[in-house]
Amino acid sequence: MDWVNAVVQGVLLGGLYALFATGLSLVFGIMRVVNLAHGDFIILAAFLGVAVVGLTGVSPFLGLLVVVPVMLGLGYAIQRALLARVLDRGVLPPLLVTFGLSIIIQNALLQLFSADDRRLEVGGITTASIAITGQVAIGWYPLIVFVVGVLAIVGLQLLFFRTALGRAFRATADDPETARLMGINHRHTYAVAVAIAFGIIGLAGVFLGIRTTFSPDIGPGRLLVAFETVVIGGLGSLWGTLLGGVILGVAHTIGGKIDPAYRELTGHLVFLLVLLARPEGLFGRAVRET
Amino acid sequence: MSLLSVHDLTAFYHDFQALFGISLHVDAGEVVGIIGANGAGKSTFLRSVVGLNASPPEAVRFDGRPIGGRPTHDIIGLGIALVPEGRRIFPSLSVEENLRIGAHRGRPGGWSLARVYELFPVLRERRAMSGIALSGGQQQMLAIGRGLMANPRLLLLDEVSLGLAPAVVHDIYRALRAIVGDGTTTLFVEQDVGRALGVCDRLYCFQEGRLSLEGRPLDLTRAQIAAAYFGV
Repeated sequence: MDWVNAVVQGVLLGGLYALFATGLSLVFGIMRVVNLAHGDFIILAAFLGVAVVGLTGVSPFLGLLVVVPVMLGLGYAIQRALLARVLDRGVLPPLLVTFGLSIIIQNALLQLFSADDRRLEVGGITTASIAITGQVAIGWYPLIVFVVGVLAIVGLQLLFFRTALGRAFRATADDPETARLMGINHRHTYAVAVAIAFGIIGLAGVFLGIRTTFSPDIGPGRLLVAFETVVIGGLGSLWGTLLGGVILGVAHTIGGKIDPAYRELTGHLVFLLVLLARPEGLFGRAVRET
Repeated sequence: MSLLSVHDLTAFYHDFQALFGISLHVDAGEVVGIIGANGAGKSTFLRSVVGLNASPPEAVRFDGRPIGGRPTHDIIGLGIALVPEGRRIFPSLSVEENLRIGAHRGRPGGWSLARVYELFPVLRERRAMSGIALSGGQQQMLAIGRGLMANPRLLLLDEVSLGLAPAVVHDIYRALRAIVGDGTTTLFVEQDVGRALGVCDRLYCFQEGRLSLEGRPLDLTRAQIAAAYFGV
């Protein structure tokens, strides 16, 4: 029964991992840019939560009403002011820019908030749970995060496949020049995509900060989780991202059950296995050479 | 007044100069053809009109307004549509989505999904398929339909017959006659001189980035066209 419990907790953890990964997947899917600062932006959002809660005294859940819009705006601004300048200059410049951002964010957070471990407190909800059987219990908080993760994926799926904006995203990702011929402002489209990615980063950061302690240096570790989630699920597939999160989550909880030291290692092994057996990911399409 | 007037247009790809001072005009309601050999600068010219290649503001005027150097999406919004060479169908979009995205700017006008389907019934049958699952000829119809969905005041067509079987080209040109018969001002680029002469009111010939001939089909002789086309 302990193992069943580990699997259940892993599945729920997968919702958070899917939130980690969605923004990374979105930015890569539309602009073919790997945002190396992705994990640091998650931590930045968590600290933004700390600041909002500290200044206003509201619950971190309410704080999302500030954090998510601020992250949306930040995403739009970073794309227009920074990434847009290097987009058409090959693979390396965007990597260097986001790598630089990663270092800047970590050090700025260190300056502003020190290296202490922080946590966003929401009271009893993090320990409350629903008992399913004697050994299996579903925590309310992981359940909430999981549901938010699923809703984010469903929402993006609808946005991408049911709206004019989603159509513009897909067309611009396919062929930016021809998208311009449709009257699409590709720079604006890219920036809106990054803004949405950053909005989800805002959610991910605050939910992470409620779940565990965090400090300015743990961003790269979250990037790794996000990266493995995307690759397991398959690039370009939103449902794949959710499944990838669940698989990685289960791997982490099962590994951690065997021995806490094996938690991350099991995740890496599952990631490598998927990479060996299905390099395009479980839901991925083979990447076209263009 | 001309709907499109281009004055002394030059264009460069890095160090390579593709256009050397092209001046031409297209009046409202006209169907104008541009012919010329490979590399004569025809596609570059169309790209410059829609702002995909940089040009000085006064070099391109649309409806009297200077549009040279403006962003492509603004120029498209003013009512110019380009059906690009090679069709450039969006692979991730279905046939119907490819058409709908043509109407992205929401310009009002006579063209709608229903009318495009009327013009190309095969697209309606295959509307749920991926755009690139269509045959070459059907993709060309889709690209033209996508251009029409923008309800353009000026329709630019780049090599719509390229790489297609003669029977398919025949169908495409029959559709084009229906489109231009409707009064849509059209500027098209074509390598096939015979096809171009059959459709256009006026013809320009490009040779190595320069204008080598201009006239009405009936006023031009075969020898004149051959000389302007090949430079012999």
